[in-house]
Amino acid sequence: MSTPLSVSAEVGAATARPRLATGFWRRALRHRSFVTGGTLSLLVLCAALLSLVWTPWSAYEIDVASKLRPPSAAHWLGTDVLGRDIVSLLLVGARSTIMVGIIAVGIGLTFGVCLGLIAAARKGWTEELIMRMSDFTFAFPAVLSAIMLAAVAGPGMVTSIIAIGIFQIPTLVRVTRGSANAIWAREFVLAARASGRGGFRITIEHVLPNVLPILIVQATIQFALAILAEAALSYLGLGTQPPQPSWGRMLNDAQTLLFQSPMLAVYPGAAIAVAVLGLNLLGDGLRDLLDPRLARER
Amino acid sequence: MTMLEQTPPPAEQPLLDVKDLMQSYTLPRESVFKPAGQVHALNGVTVQVMAGRSLGVVGESGSGKSTFARLVMALEQPSSGSVLLMGSDLHRMPADELRRARRDFQMVFQDPYGSLDPRQTIARIVAEPLTALGRMDRATLRQRVAGVLRQVGLRDADMDKFPHEFSGGQRQRIAIARALITQPKLIVADEPVSALDVSVQAQVLNLLQDLQDQFGLSYILISHDLAVVDYLCDEVAVMYLGRIVEQGRPEDLFAHCAHPYTRALLEAVPRARAGGVRRRRGAQSIASQSTGATGCAYASRCPLADQHCRDTAPALRNVGTAHLAACHHAEAVMALPPVSAEGG
Amino acid sequence: MSGSANAPLIEVKDLGVRLNTSRGPAQAVRGVSFSLKRGETLGLVGESGCGKSVTALALMGLLPDSAVISGSIRLDGSELVGLSDANYCKLRGNRISMIFQEPMTALNPMHTIGRQVAEPLRRHTNCSAGEARKEAIALLDRVGLPDAAKRVDAYPHQFSGGQRQRVTIAMALACQPDVLIADEPTTALDVTIQGQILDLIAELVAERGMSMILISHDLGVIAENVQRMMVMYGGTVVESGATDAVFTRMGHPYTQGLFRARLRLGAQKGTRLKTIAGTVPELADLPAGCTFADRCAIVEDRCRVALPAVVDVSAGHGVRCLRTDASMAEAVGTLGA
Repeated sequence: MSTPLSVSAEVGAATARPRLATGFWRRALRHRSFVTGGTLSLLVLCAALLSLVWTPWSAYEIDVASKLRPPSAAHWLGTDVLGRDIVSLLLVGARSTIMVGIIAVGIGLTFGVCLGLIAAARKGWTEELIMRMSDFTFAFPAVLSAIMLAAVAGPGMVTSIIAIGIFQIPTLVRVTRGSANAIWAREFVLAARASGRGGFRITIEHVLPNVLPILIVQATIQFALAILAEAALSYLGLGTQPPQPSWGRMLNDAQTLLFQSPMLAVYPGAAIAVAVLGLNLLGDGLRDLLDPRLARER
Repeated sequence: MTMLEQTPPPAEQPLLDVKDLMQSYTLPRESVFKPAGQVHALNGVTVQVMAGRSLGVVGESGSGKSTFARLVMALEQPSSGSVLLMGSDLHRMPADELRRARRDFQMVFQDPYGSLDPRQTIARIVAEPLTALGRMDRATLRQRVAGVLRQVGLRDADMDKFPHEFSGGQRQRIAIARALITQPKLIVADEPVSALDVSVQAQVLNLLQDLQDQFGLSYILISHDLAVVDYLCDEVAVMYLGRIVEQGRPEDLFAHCAHPYTRALLEAVPRARAGGVRRRRGAQSIASQSTGATGCAYASRCPLADQHCRDTAPALRNVGTAHLAACHHAEAVMALPPVSAEGG
Repeated sequence: MSGSANAPLIEVKDLGVRLNTSRGPAQAVRGVSFSLKRGETLGLVGESGCGKSVTALALMGLLPDSAVISGSIRLDGSELVGLSDANYCKLRGNRISMIFQEPMTALNPMHTIGRQVAEPLRRHTNCSAGEARKEAIALLDRVGLPDAAKRVDAYPHQFSGGQRQRVTIAMALACQPDVLIADEPTTALDVTIQGQILDLIAELVAERGMSMILISHDLGVIAENVQRMMVMYGGTVVESGATDAVFTRMGHPYTQGLFRARLRLGAQKGTRLKTIAGTVPELADLPAGCTFADRCAIVEDRCRVALPAVVDVSAGHGVRCLRTDASMAEAVGTLGA
């Protein structure tokens, strides 16, 4: 098995270009959206984690005597109508927010990506069926499905997670199938077929790794949407039930006191905005960093 | 004497035997009432490739050469006809048997940037045809990959790199390594050098030549470039609108071609020489694939076409030793002065 | 619009372009100089990464904002380097036009071809919509599109590759530009169509007294279509001169290598193709000295010191090489063929 000497002489040294991975963090840390979004998202995550070990006051302790206090050294953002410390409420509320976000998006990803990949791999009637089912689910507004579910199973965090999760599925089916179709048309998939690999193997080894960047970006967007949905559901009283703190319900509670203590609405509203903005910016940044880079690598 | 030239000696079975291959695609419906149109990509192709010999397929867009490649590689089912590899029909085999049979025939694609998965290491990419055949322990796989990479002029260390770290020519070598790893008997190369720079083309063609000499491979080389098939192939088939219009040894084809289309292809190649005269080429209409007109498909562009040509489609017939052409005026075309080649 | 018929229409002096690549700044083009009079044609030949397309984009002012352009480009006496984008827009499509390689992507799939051909007219002249449309039909007819009047409202996907390229030619010529740049206009087309398209471009160039810059990687295309040529490698012009002179006897080892590496019909079976050893260098990693030094068979130590100056091996035929004595002695070319 000798190499024709002339051939190796002709090739010359393979010019070692920097690998994709090491360049990524360098560029990522210089990308404005990524850094801003990442910081904000990380902030919310840290708040949630922090709340597991420490909050300035108990988020459940009611102290009517100190209700509606303005910000002070003791209560950094003041207290709500039941005397609960707002900072503590925000911290523990972050926990529900994150949890709902992660689990709901998790449900959406698990089912959505699987169905999307199957639709792209099988085509024909299978694809039609999956897409129409997905359209059908999409047609139901999330809030409506949540209300229906709540009517059946009772309100609560679990109900809202399931409702939001189900609502996430069609978007992810659509995005996955679209990008998977594009990958199936690429020549390296044809090469894999020519090598004798079957649909399942190709999906796992070629299609999935190549749609991952798009899915990661979509996941951050979906996370933001899930947070908004959770806040809306809690606001309506269908999500996290008292005494479990929730940003959405804090907004609802603040509604009646809007003229008296407008700040009570601003704090949870700002928290929601920060979380959603952070995730959207993170998603934007990731999209810039992951997709065009791959397309430009020639 | 002439009929005997067409059939192989009884003892030797062709490696690849394509019989009357036809392929049509249905276009999307344009109206509810009319039936959907058809594109006839292949209109009956019959050709054989003997072990250790190479076939070149030349044609332009719409000739059906890429469809031909896909059908030979059993990536699609033909509308009719058969492809026999060492006697077994590839399209009528059970899926499992076909998968195992793929060990003997592999493909190299045109686009060195698209035919390698950007997210996999070279080792995984090159090993894929072996992985498809069954489990093999990692060490043996890597050994095989290293061996085949050395054969194409790359280094063992390149195994763990990613495609984007290589140039176009190197990527095409990786693609060739992938095609070699199962030690196939036949490699179908679809425009393997078209996307490469001229100086790199020469390197890759030399490599293909060396591999053929070393391993006794057969190639089916698809190209729009006559010079490429001339260099590597023992037999050349020229395709036009889904049919073979001329077939024979490169030296016969290019020295005395017997079909006006072959001649047009030869004349169209720009020549790198001093005093290049501007040759005025007449306006040519492009026939579309879906017309099922009678008569010779090339008649609308042919300077020699007459009523007979428009009425009756010429069959592929013998016009010399191992030289076939589908033209009523083949002898007249052969009598024309040879197309001037490049000097120097 | 000043200048006599003999003054150069476009004059490029010592053009340099620095681009930001993923590997750092790269000198994509260095020291490119040429001038074209009305009616003259120039060919730029080289492989990928040699800087020929970057040169064309520099002339059109289409480089990214981060690109640093040095040197001078004069169109009819007025300087183009440093021109604001707004002013450049007035020139593009109007006095200097470009045809691109991929007709599939150069046309907007959502607009009819009539609208796309009329677009430069509406932008640069005071034509009304009706007049522009009539002119568009006339142009489409002139470029050989059958049934132009009927097909003016068709969409690009309804045409073949060759026909789409004709449409882009019509677009480029709509406002009667002075300079036409054709960047690999036939590479993506079938070989039997290539000749027709190149013929069409040549006819139109002669008819309208334009100057043309034709870019190609194919020596054959260059040999048959331009009066003068420049060979580019690693961002510099390594050889330039009248096409006939260069092809009769090539001076630079790279040009010779390119010529030898060309596949020829009827070459002896079983012979090895002569290749150029090594690979094209990355523009961000160009060696000091001659860019071709690492691949050259007749390289000497002095070649690596600095970029060689251009040596005139005959009237108007310049070679950027220190060893022209040895390279010319190889006598590569189609001597008097």
